Amino acid sequence: MRTSIDSIRTVKVEEVVDESPTVRTLIFEDEVCASAKPGQFAMVWLPRIDELPMSVMISERDGYAALTIRKHGYASTALYNTSVGSTLGVRGPYGNCFNIVDGKLLLVGGGTGLVPLMRLSKVLAKKKSKKIDVILIMGAKTKEEVIFEKLAKRVLKNVKNKVIVTTEDGSYGMKGFATDAATKIMKHNRLDMVYTCGPERMMKKVLEMAFSYKIPSQASLERIMKCGIGICCSCCIGKYLVCRDGPAMNGETVLKIPEFGAHARDKSGRMMDMW
Amino acid sequence: MLEDSVNLAVQIGSIRIRNPTMLASGILGISYEVLKRVYESGAGAVVSKSISIEPREGYKNPTVVSVECGYLNAVGLSNPGVDAFVKEIGNNADVPIIVNLVGSTEDEFVSMVRKFDSLNIIAYELNLSCPHVEKVGLEVGDDPELVYKIVKGIKANTKKPVIAKVGLGASDIIETARISKEAGADAITAINTIRAMAINIESGMPYLSNRIGGLSGKAIKPVAVRCVYEISKNLNMPVIGCGGVYSWEDVVEFMLAGASAVQMGSVIGDKWLKVFSNIIRGLSSYLEKKGMKSVMELVGIAHKY
Repeated sequence: MRTSIDSIRTVKVEEVVDESPTVRTLIFEDEVCASAKPGQFAMVWLPRIDELPMSVMISERDGYAALTIRKHGYASTALYNTSVGSTLGVRGPYGNCFNIVDGKLLLVGGGTGLVPLMRLSKVLAKKKSKKIDVILIMGAKTKEEVIFEKLAKRVLKNVKNKVIVTTEDGSYGMKGFATDAATKIMKHNRLDMVYTCGPERMMKKVLEMAFSYKIPSQASLERIMKCGIGICCSCCIGKYLVCRDGPAMNGETVLKIPEFGAHARDKSGRMMDMW
Repeated sequence: MLEDSVNLAVQIGSIRIRNPTMLASGILGISYEVLKRVYESGAGAVVSKSISIEPREGYKNPTVVSVECGYLNAVGLSNPGVDAFVKEIGNNADVPIIVNLVGSTEDEFVSMVRKFDSLNIIAYELNLSCPHVEKVGLEVGDDPELVYKIVKGIKANTKKPVIAKVGLGASDIIETARISKEAGADAITAINTIRAMAINIESGMPYLSNRIGGLSGKAIKPVAVRCVYEISKNLNMPVIGCGGVYSWEDVVEFMLAGASAVQMGSVIGDKWLKVFSNIIRGLSSYLEKKGMKSVMELVGIAHKY
């Protein structure tokens, strides 16, 4: 039944930022999405094309929110091509969020998986606490695919922080995977929490490592989504629903789900190999 | 403790379940682990999504839209298909699962029943009423001869109870139920969602990708109560009520109208899985207050007046 978040709101794209050759951020005014918690997602309606679950990206303007999209399929390319002045429908935000703690925190993100970690960074920085120390690892394949680096440094300026960029080909920052950098940090630091979002294989490594170092962890998951509100079951993983029990979930819980990092259901509900 | 003092178990023909609440078909029903979780959160039984011969991806999003009085959906009967779903629930030990089937011919239904029949499931429910997919659901339900053939064909191939899920189509719902009964159906589920639509006033575009879908939730409850009342009164057979059950009061109302059990769907979008235990608690204290020993005493009381 309709509550304020369930109504599809028409929002106008006011600014488009090219983050990389394949990634764009669309910025729009919407108080409801602006106050989304880190990890929460919106359902974004492209009339007659599709409705996509999208982690709500931050904007530096009050009352504004954003969507960061990588073009790869028909619907995501349509969203990517949305121009300034066009309108979109949004409902939500839905789902639960990262559990926020103080201390020395490691955030590991890859690609557009950095979106919820940017919102998390914003919330952490807002606390202006001396107890918070953020290490943010941003993984990309190549230099041109690095996104949000400057924004992250601006967002985190009020707290102790270190931003590490990794590229797989070594064209920028540290050469290697985000997980390589994360391993080193976990080995040499006493961490209070690890947060991760990105490709599932990356998250699995990060969570397993955190578990082996006895550091609590959280991950933000992704599955095919239809209703977004816990009735259609499209996004189920194990006994959980990503839209309702997630997207942000406790790392140890996630590691116990046999299909995590291995299988996912397709649109019909058949279990498929992930790669 | 309250639960011990009154008996919440219900009998729907030969089906016996621990309480009158069920998960409705179409909701959360593709994963065994999720079905098990719904059962563990208190449901008396769980009904799978409509299973078809071949896997179905369903319609493109938006497939579900919230409206003032409930939900509008045209998911498009997405399901993994009979073979994958047989595997999905193949190791079921203790979850009372009702498998809902959808198809357009007697052969399709019968071949699916043959694949499921050795599994640990408590009944079949036939989708004769989905209002938004061509050649199945309501289009089958609206064809009395086809309904008769399908139900009869299935009954000849299984000893398990068969429940016909009927809805509001071109044919009279009581007639569709009557034909199902004549063909051997053990019980009726009434109703399905009702054909409906919502349009965005900014763009002029229908919200659902399929344009038309089915309305569920509070809006349809009085219609469902009427259907349950008329079917159970006229046909003297077990009926499972479905449509806008949100609270224990709704369960009582459906049972007074003649339902032996109820199914719940939309409410899960609003209240999530705790709704089952909340309803069971409310139902127990109501029965206690009324001095009733068994919830079955409620069934059809309104027929007297």
